[in-house]
Amino acid sequence: MGSISEFFQHFLNGLTLGGIYALIALGYTMVYGILKFINFAHGEILMIGAYSGLFLFDYFRGDLPYGPLLMIVFFVAMLISMVISAVLGMSIEKIAYKPLRKATRLAPLLSAIGVSFILSNLAAFFWGTKSRKFDYPFDNTAYKIGDVAITPHQILILVVSFLMMVALKLYIDRTRMGKAMRATSLDQDVAALMGINVNQVISLTFAIGSALAATAGILIALDFKVYPTMGAMAGLKAFVAAVVGGIGNITGAMIGGILLGLLETFGVAVLGIPQGLKDTIAFGVLILILLVKPEGLLGKAEREKV
Amino acid sequence: MSLLYTTQLTRAFGGVIAVSDVDFAVEKHSITGLIGPNGAGKTTLFNNITGMDVPTSGKVFFKDEEITGMPAHSISRLGIARTFQNIRLFKEMSVLENVMIGRHFKTGKSMTSGRLLNAVRSYISMKGEEKAIYDTSREWLEFFNLDKFRNESARNLPYGSQRELEIARAMATEPELLFLDEPAAGMNPQETDRLMATIRRIREQGVTVLLIEHDMKLVMNICEQITVLNYGKKIASGNPLEIRENPLVIEAYLGKEE
Amino acid sequence: MLSFLLLILIYTGLYAILALGQNIITGVTGMLSLCQAGFFAIGAYVTAILTVSYGVSFWLTIPLAGLFAAAAGALVGLPTLRLKGDYLAIATLGFGEIIRNVILNWDSLTRGPMGINGIPMPTIFGMTINPYKKWGFLLLVWVFVTIFYLLLKRLTRSRMGRALEAIKEDEIAAYAMGINTTRYKVWAFMVGAFVAGCAGSLQAAFTLSVTPNTYTFMVSVMVLCMVVLGGMGNHIAVIFGALIIQLAAEFPRLLGISSTVPPQFKQIVFGLILVLMMIYRPQGILGRKRVNYDQLTGTLEQESLLLRVRRIIRIGVKR
Ligand SMILES: Nc1ncnc2c1ncn2[C@@H]1O[C@H](COP(=O)(O)OP(=O)(O)OP(=O)(O)O)[C@@H](O)[C@H]1O
Ligand SMILES: [Mg+2]
Repeated sequence: MGSISEFFQHFLNGLTLGGIYALIALGYTMVYGILKFINFAHGEILMIGAYSGLFLFDYFRGDLPYGPLLMIVFFVAMLISMVISAVLGMSIEKIAYKPLRKATRLAPLLSAIGVSFILSNLAAFFWGTKSRKFDYPFDNTAYKIGDVAITPHQILILVVSFLMMVALKLYIDRTRMGKAMRATSLDQDVAALMGINVNQVISLTFAIGSALAATAGILIALDFKVYPTMGAMAGLKAFVAAVVGGIGNITGAMIGGILLGLLETFGVAVLGIPQGLKDTIAFGVLILILLVKPEGLLGKAEREKV
Repeated sequence: MSLLYTTQLTRAFGGVIAVSDVDFAVEKHSITGLIGPNGAGKTTLFNNITGMDVPTSGKVFFKDEEITGMPAHSISRLGIARTFQNIRLFKEMSVLENVMIGRHFKTGKSMTSGRLLNAVRSYISMKGEEKAIYDTSREWLEFFNLDKFRNESARNLPYGSQRELEIARAMATEPELLFLDEPAAGMNPQETDRLMATIRRIREQGVTVLLIEHDMKLVMNICEQITVLNYGKKIASGNPLEIRENPLVIEAYLGKEE
Repeated sequence: MLSFLLLILIYTGLYAILALGQNIITGVTGMLSLCQAGFFAIGAYVTAILTVSYGVSFWLTIPLAGLFAAAAGALVGLPTLRLKGDYLAIATLGFGEIIRNVILNWDSLTRGPMGINGIPMPTIFGMTINPYKKWGFLLLVWVFVTIFYLLLKRLTRSRMGRALEAIKEDEIAAYAMGINTTRYKVWAFMVGAFVAGCAGSLQAAFTLSVTPNTYTFMVSVMVLCMVVLGGMGNHIAVIFGALIIQLAAEFPRLLGISSTVPPQFKQIVFGLILVLMMIYRPQGILGRKRVNYDQLTGTLEQESLLLRVRRIIRIGVKR
């Protein structure tokens, strides 16, 4: 295998990993943009999304063989679990964060940590701690392009995450509601004065972020397994991605996610960082970026006015 | 020589040049006013002198020593204290504790022993040090007539008293130069009158006062020197009479007459 | 049964020490750190490695464990200090994970996932403090709780403590008042870490073995829960919080119904505590007690003559 095709192989692997990070990072960034707080429970929403996707898919598929019909079933399951996660995200906001909007900054954060604990342990209670297998809805034999192997799963990730990101970007840039979201993230009070229903915008933000997390959860679950704490590490890394891109910035989250995916893949494959320390790469990157450019690649420096 | 002066001080925020090439001076023992329309760069100038922000270019001198870019805590220790436009009290702490914080570094070092030794000693026997801080803080509360509130949370004080407490806290650091950012904002006329008297009393303590204010009655009444900023530039400086009649100032405030 | 109760009390003590450390960082200074498990781990491993591989006396390893953890605290504190609330939380969480990852992967020093066994039982005046008998350890741990409680209480009642609190209330104002906020924040981190390191040292000697998986994020959250539940900034409340959390976590086993109560129960309770406390009682069960300086420094009526004279001089006759 030539080094060029090796490079492309790593690049492809990094890109798919990054696509998933980006999907999750979007949820963090959108919520942060509006509420200026990190939704610690985001990773758990992803986990619940993955579980519901798994159950729905298993329930609907019956004995269907691989084929277009099975793919449709898969996407239906994905859609429903996106809705479930969206509702869950909105409810969490209403119950655990909304009462704390006027409280100190620490309060919602602590509350979010609490929610994340509750969710992952409820999952463990109801569904057990054993990891479950999410079957591919297709034959996952890799295609070969020259020396580079690409699996249908990778294609799925690339296509789905690309479509979602484009859709989101269009939604936020072009629609009325999208504008309301941007206005709210700029200045909540003024937005409210202009007649924007801030509560509705916040709910919607949580709904969209959570739906994207569910998608990411299902995409992850196809390759890895589904288990109650699956959201923690994925969520953390996606958060790093959001910070790298510039938290609060939608495009930044996408770029940050893809960058982190590439960094991790190349870090292990090219720089020879041991697999056991792979997770450390993300945190190293986080601390580095916070030191060098704390506002992230695309974020604006935000100084507290005195 | 002036107690404090800046040379060509400039602070740009991206495209916005909040303070532009300002040469500004405060004479010892004076009450100096800094005025200008909203967004003129007054607060930014304050921040750049007091170390809360770092100028893009230009220099700041205090007692003939350059203090440009020094951290705020060092500048505070050199003898410049300040209040904030949007009151910044330690809200959950008591009124007394707020002032005690002002005493923080005054009791930190000792003439006779090193910093570490002193820290250890004061840790072992807190009484003496605490008593000294307590006593002086009470004196400052008395000075501002706030002593009766000393065990209240700062957040529970009426608005006018919160402004006074912020000044009290600043005075507790025993500054040579006191910066007040819109001290009369939100005060009723009686409170403003009392504030004017207080500012005069502060000066009688030998403290030089520099204040930003929109209340022209107050400024014209108590300031000996006034500097006017507009769009980040110094457009005038002089005594109240001169300022009142300066066409540039009138234009800045009333807009150009066609 | 009694033995189990003693075990709970020993763990309450260990956690109380961790919580006292966390309280300095989070409760007093207002920095949300999620790294306490990491400092705890460092302390435990320092004691394990020094006693097992180098034969150092356990007693000597306690302060060393604290110092190593404090060094780590400075390492965490320095780069992350510029970060506000949420960022700091994530960065410290990351550091905690890095510490655990390093321990897991540094086989030659830590024996990786297997951990270190055979930590000798501590001896004092020729007597062995046998962890299996518990009483001795109970005493040892609570002596340390008391020491740290007194030291930290003293600390927060001094001008340094007030400075830390000012940083929590309004960092910018504190900075303008001449407080070197950076130094104090690093310092708070180091104190909190030192205390946690000592707790780790005690824990290693108690369990006689250490494994990396003892020191997960879960531990940090539990410690945080204790601080939040008791009352941020209040040392005695935090110890109280540790006791309640321990009892809540272990009460199925205490009542002998552990077979019917699922193991996730306690984590769910922690989560609920965090959420409910934030909504209904953010100041904690006991809240923060304000120091009464009038009492501390002599009452109002007994003001010194000197003070009165000085005050009159300062105010002048006008008033
Ligand atoms: N941290 C900052 N980042 C970006 N722009 C800033 C910042 N601080 C101030 N500015 C800009 O600098 C200009 C001057 O602001 P400044 O607060 O100094 O005005 P001011 O004279 O104090 O006004 P006011 O009387 O309303 O308090 C304004 O245009 C403001 O928007
Ligand atoms: Mg201003």
